[in-house]
Amino acid sequence: MTARPGLELVCPAGTPAALRGAVEAGAHAIYCGFNDETNARNFPGLNFSRDEMAEAIKFAHGRGAKVLVALNTFPRAGAFWRWSKAVDDCARFGADAVILADLGLLEDSARRHPDLRLHLSVQAAAANADTINFYARAFGVKRVVLPRVLTVQEIAAINREIDVETEVFIFGGLCVMTEGRCSLSSYATGKSPNMNGACSPASHVEYREEGGYLMSRLGGFAIHRVAAGQPAPYPTLCKGVFEAGDYKGYVFEDPVSLDAAALIPQLAEAGVAALKIEGRQRSRAYTEAVVRNFRRALDDYAAGRPIAAGELRALTEGQQTTSGAYRKTWR
Amino acid sequence: MSRETPIPIFPAAGAAALRHLPLWPLALAAGRLAPSLVRRHEKMFARLGEQAEKTFLIDPADLPFVFVLSPRPDRPRLDTVRREAAGHWDARVAGPLAALIGLVHGAYDGDALFFSRDLVIEGDTEAVLALRNAIDNEEIDLAREASALLGPLETIATGPARRLAGALGRWTGVALTRGENGPLT
Amino acid sequence: MADRTFTLTLGPLQFNWPAQKFVDFYAAVADEAPVDRVVIGELVCSKRAPFYADRIPAAIERLERGGKKVVLASLALVTLERERRAARELFQQTEHEVEINDLALMNWAREETPFSIGPLVNVYNEATLAFLVRRGARRVCLPPELPFASVETIVKASGDLGAAIEVWAYGRIPLAISGRCYHARAHSLSKDSCQFVCEKDPDGLPTKTLEGVEFLAVNGVQTLSYKYANLIGDLDRLAEAGVTSLRLSPHSGDFVAVTKVFADVCASRISPQEGLARLASESPEADFTNGFLFGDRGAAPLAPS
Repeated sequence: MTARPGLELVCPAGTPAALRGAVEAGAHAIYCGFNDETNARNFPGLNFSRDEMAEAIKFAHGRGAKVLVALNTFPRAGAFWRWSKAVDDCARFGADAVILADLGLLEDSARRHPDLRLHLSVQAAAANADTINFYARAFGVKRVVLPRVLTVQEIAAINREIDVETEVFIFGGLCVMTEGRCSLSSYATGKSPNMNGACSPASHVEYREEGGYLMSRLGGFAIHRVAAGQPAPYPTLCKGVFEAGDYKGYVFEDPVSLDAAALIPQLAEAGVAALKIEGRQRSRAYTEAVVRNFRRALDDYAAGRPIAAGELRALTEGQQTTSGAYRKTWR
Repeated sequence: MSRETPIPIFPAAGAAALRHLPLWPLALAAGRLAPSLVRRHEKMFARLGEQAEKTFLIDPADLPFVFVLSPRPDRPRLDTVRREAAGHWDARVAGPLAALIGLVHGAYDGDALFFSRDLVIEGDTEAVLALRNAIDNEEIDLAREASALLGPLETIATGPARRLAGALGRWTGVALTRGENGPLT
Repeated sequence: MADRTFTLTLGPLQFNWPAQKFVDFYAAVADEAPVDRVVIGELVCSKRAPFYADRIPAAIERLERGGKKVVLASLALVTLERERRAARELFQQTEHEVEINDLALMNWAREETPFSIGPLVNVYNEATLAFLVRRGARRVCLPPELPFASVETIVKASGDLGAAIEVWAYGRIPLAISGRCYHARAHSLSKDSCQFVCEKDPDGLPTKTLEGVEFLAVNGVQTLSYKYANLIGDLDRLAEAGVTSLRLSPHSGDFVAVTKVFADVCASRISPQEGLARLASESPEADFTNGFLFGDRGAAPLAPS
């Protein structure tokens, strides 16, 4: 049998406990962020203090795993130093890479930390080879996380034209809009993924039982109404039920989440270097379960065994999954 | 590896018996648990931040009583009251006792329980999220927390307490100790 | 009162209008609209371009005869091979300034051929602005979701750099862009066989919540706000902050009248209050907001200063 390309499994951690769980479950790399507006999962009770980050990096390195720190919001005008300082801290703690999205922060980091590995966040939405080559030339970016708008064929074509690694999402929550280019959340709530690191923030979520239905609202806008016993989605705007002309339903996307486990071989053959699991906001239990499952899938693939898929459905939003944009019919 | 078995519901016979038992022994134990938790899990309060000022109604839907938690680092309280006597709260988390304890023990994922409607959230969603995340990071074992209340006797008490909890757990289906392998794995 | 001298920029048409409507619109703008710059070209969906591409040269000529500076818009999301080719070709001509709406175009941008940055590029801070200006950007229309405090800070930095700063002053606000076409989806079609159904909605397809609240507007792969941004009442504080350019985004109806209202308020021929009243009567169906800049959220009710 010919050797199959090795894939790095990049796993989420919202807390030090989740990071330890992911490392023990077989993650090759963990991505996480500081507990402030510098990262795109700035949720209450989540993320790492400076001390926790330093410790987590030591822990992971002791077990042969990498830590990639996401500083992937767009620095606020007048407070750029806060993001710049966060990059300094990552370099000092020995992070294996920082995941950035902002042009100014990329330039600042490349200049001041030439030895620090830079990954381009999905929030930068580099969706073609030209954009990726621009980031590689301008800042020496080593890896690009691709936005979830591309088919497997398009990913393969991109990889033929670039000299940097690509990382793609394999499992978890699914943005249907191009990441980093969406202001739906701030239109409804004033809090945006780009500026505040929060999409559809919990502070603006309201659940209410109304006449036997669970009604969920975001910023006062009704997003769903589900009957008792029906799966409940989180009130993310792009997965809400709306009325557009004669169409009434999920105008943008059903409450599904991404599961592209079945596409692991195709993604590997498309030249992808790393597979990313979404879910820094999920529990340690979730992280461990998903990581263990995907590590087994990658090991199966490497050994030429068939990949068992579809075992994680109960953990997913709407308890339905999709292979998303990787198949062209999604569009 | 997903949740293949339904969440156990506390046996109705047990719940009925509890309805007629006095609440004070449980209330006393729970009341003592709160300050002990604060002492043993300081980091949890750093994670909670300003959400520690909120009042949480923890509502095991299969039992005749509820817990009112106010996790303020200076004056932590965990009150056990009859459902109808619960006063003001900012956020309510309701579900079968096994689900609530499973959340604390990291056996279940909060989002997954919510998506499947096993968990009901009302009121201040941000506070609930903060509490969930803070607890998740602490890897709490309630049986160990209970024995920790005994102070120096902890090491002696832990064994029997875990055995008792295990026996109770087998009867009710509610895992009272943190498993090495939760239902998720 | 502050000096309300602004450059008025007509943004690229966001919607799919029939070719004749496209021609008539730019003819009216060329002959009658008091705007300084006109950004023209397909922003949203490359499938629409063939329908009117052959009409663009004549439109440009007429606009220039009418004294407008013409700027060529790039597509907002470049993924396909033909889209990359089209993007590259924008820089192969040097006659007209190019407006970059996807950073792919930075590959071909040269410092010696000044270009501008459109509102769909993420410029959230002074460091990013400085980077782009060093690479040749001469004018930047800021992302519409920026709060006023950020605009003020960025404008201050732009003074030293010599770049003009523009804000989204009128029209439905671009909120998101996707690989998927929601217009097609709402008609149970796929993007590849969309039958160009977006043509049915010259200002986007209004999208309501379950409770009947008007919320968004679908425009092919783009999602817009239901409300129209309208900064007519905020020109003094924008001028004080140092903003020098306003973007007016085309809608159906008498849009020349809309541009005239802005020109009249800028020249103090009418008051902002009168300007607002006129805009409301020009577009009685439009619900206005200035929430991203001055409110607690993008959809906040209009609260002019």
